Amino acid sequence: MVREALLIAGKDLRIEGRSRVVASQVLPFALLSLVLFAFALNANRQALRDFTPGLFWVAVLFSALLAIQRAFAIEAADKTSDSLRLSGIEPAAIFAGKTIAVVVQLLALEALLLVGVLIFYEASIDSYPLLGVTALVAAIGVAAAGTMYGALIAGIRGSETLLPILLLPVLAPVLIGATRAFDDAFGSAAVNGWAWLVLLALFAVVYLLFGLLSYGVLLEES
Amino acid sequence: MTTNPTASRHTRVFGLISLFGFALVALLGLFLTEPDDVQGDLVRIIYVHVPLPIMAYVGFVVGAVASGLFLKNRNPFADLVACSAIEVGVIFGVLTLITGAVWGSPSWGTYWEWGDVRLVSMLVLVLLYVGYLALRQIPGDADATATRSAMMALMSVVMIPIVRYSVDWWKNDTLHQQASLTDGKLEDLTLFTLLLSILVFGFFFVWLTTHRFRVAWLEHQIAEVGLVDAIAERRAEAADGVQAAIANPGGES
Amino acid sequence: MSTVHLRDVVALLGRFPALAGVNLAIDPGEVVLLQGPNGAGKTTLLRVCAGLIRPTSGTAEILGYNAANQGKQIRRRVGLIAHSTGLYGDLSVVENVEFWARASAVAEPLATALEAIERLGIAERLHDLAVDRLSAGQRRRTSIAAMVVRRPEIWLLDEPHAGLDQSGRDIVDALILDAAAAGATVIVASHELERVGRLKPRAVTIAGGAVLSAAESQDDVAEDDVAEDDVVEDDVEVSRGS
Repeated sequence: MVREALLIAGKDLRIEGRSRVVASQVLPFALLSLVLFAFALNANRQALRDFTPGLFWVAVLFSALLAIQRAFAIEAADKTSDSLRLSGIEPAAIFAGKTIAVVVQLLALEALLLVGVLIFYEASIDSYPLLGVTALVAAIGVAAAGTMYGALIAGIRGSETLLPILLLPVLAPVLIGATRAFDDAFGSAAVNGWAWLVLLALFAVVYLLFGLLSYGVLLEES
Repeated sequence: MTTNPTASRHTRVFGLISLFGFALVALLGLFLTEPDDVQGDLVRIIYVHVPLPIMAYVGFVVGAVASGLFLKNRNPFADLVACSAIEVGVIFGVLTLITGAVWGSPSWGTYWEWGDVRLVSMLVLVLLYVGYLALRQIPGDADATATRSAMMALMSVVMIPIVRYSVDWWKNDTLHQQASLTDGKLEDLTLFTLLLSILVFGFFFVWLTTHRFRVAWLEHQIAEVGLVDAIAERRAEAADGVQAAIANPGGES
Repeated sequence: MSTVHLRDVVALLGRFPALAGVNLAIDPGEVVLLQGPNGAGKTTLLRVCAGLIRPTSGTAEILGYNAANQGKQIRRRVGLIAHSTGLYGDLSVVENVEFWARASAVAEPLATALEAIERLGIAERLHDLAVDRLSAGQRRRTSIAAMVVRRPEIWLLDEPHAGLDQSGRDIVDALILDAAAAGATVIVASHELERVGRLKPRAVTIAGGAVLSAAESQDDVAEDDVAEDDVVEDDVEVSRGS
């Protein structure tokens, strides 16, 4: 199971390494959204600094949609989804593998965005541990939920337009929790960020459980 | 009553109870109960605004239970119950938002108050379940759609407490404490009317969902009949193929 | 005992009954040529045999497993060559074949993969090229190599010769004969009757989602079994309680 999951994750990351779709399209998009937010807020330094956490996570969520779409586009292109079903790999392992690959890509995305807000928004970091743990736990939650919903709509024509409306309401609690935790980490609001991590962790656990227990049901239909 | 095939004696009973119940609630709520000390007559909207979200949640939960049953025994009946209950739930959810805005306008001076955690979480959930309805709309293999929808209904119902607590916490975190109506003392008649209204809305929910289910069931039936025809047609094609094969033995048509 | 045993199988593609009551029994070691016009249901029949599509009604027993609820057991034992390659276009020939070998938990995946690639006659200079950059014929060879490494018990080949040159076709024919000799069941859906004819297959003709004629196989088939499954014109009662 672990071996299979790592096989899938390694395969997805290797494909990304070759095609560089996320690196050359999704990461620039994430940076672009930071720039657009600055225009939207009239480049008001105070406002940008105050709202850095929220803007950061909105950028992450929108970019994550693209990364998740990509993760399922590579299986749809030449019907490798059928080959995966024929291979006998446990559905739970496919779920775990794809989730790991998305987590790795989201962490890269978050790192880039962090550099972006430090430079463009002049954000300053109060608590590095809180920042790091939040980034990781939120990425796991987003990736797990995204992998579930990606498989849920795999094989549907027009699924690109369906993913945002299905996934973004689900990710709303992650946006709230991660923004609050970052408020604490950046020192932009007096809240207890560690408490919000509990919510993020709960979310991640719920979707990891869903995926590990029921991914096969979704694969049957794609 | 052949023109109304989705009604039955049971649904008529539920329909009539709902109708008389609503009349009674209107009488009690609009005339016999006392106006609130602070809100005056505005408070009377609670007899609608409180039962609506309860029924919306009932719809979502019933939908999830039926979806779980569908995944277990693959019975299309359960799938159709799920979609009917959730559809009615979404309608009640939207009505919750509307009555909330109607109430908010005079009492807060704004149609939308972000401090009202109940409304904010209902908004998120309604959007979530609108996605469910969008998923159901997709043409294609009925069984696949049912399975996908069932999975989504199960994942969505888990979101109810998560959304609720995150929004709740989000607001309380930032000092905005919202006084709830139920915190204050309710007079006996007010409380009675409220409970009655919840009960009546319960009957109304069952009535609506049953009708919606029966429509869905008839649609399912039609599709099944269409399928039998389609298979017959397909087999006729095969019979033609036999003749072609006899006329041109071993040949490729 | 048949490796593939279909009784009154109805299978839907969306709302369309691609298979409208298929009866068919195939024995181990048999090579079956599935012929019929476009849209006859050949591809769907192969996908049912692969455990990728659940029959809407009727029973499909593949290797003794019921396709209705044991698709998983069926899938890991069969190999399918379909119109799409089932390969990752960004990965190289070797990476693809090795990945699918690892995915099916084949012992010594790299060595097995290289062996299969060699067997398919893919030139060494192509081994590290991304599959997307190969010609259609080389992609097809890679796709077949990725199936061969899994050593499936049933080979389901949808137009396996399409896009292949003469040497490629000869290689595929040799592979099929070897597999059948080793006891695997091979079903080839093809329009190239002359080509497949050299494999001395048992021909099964389908049209309109049903089997028109299934000539007896050369092997010993239990007489009554075939007679029963050979029925064409009798009306199939579609039972549906899914």
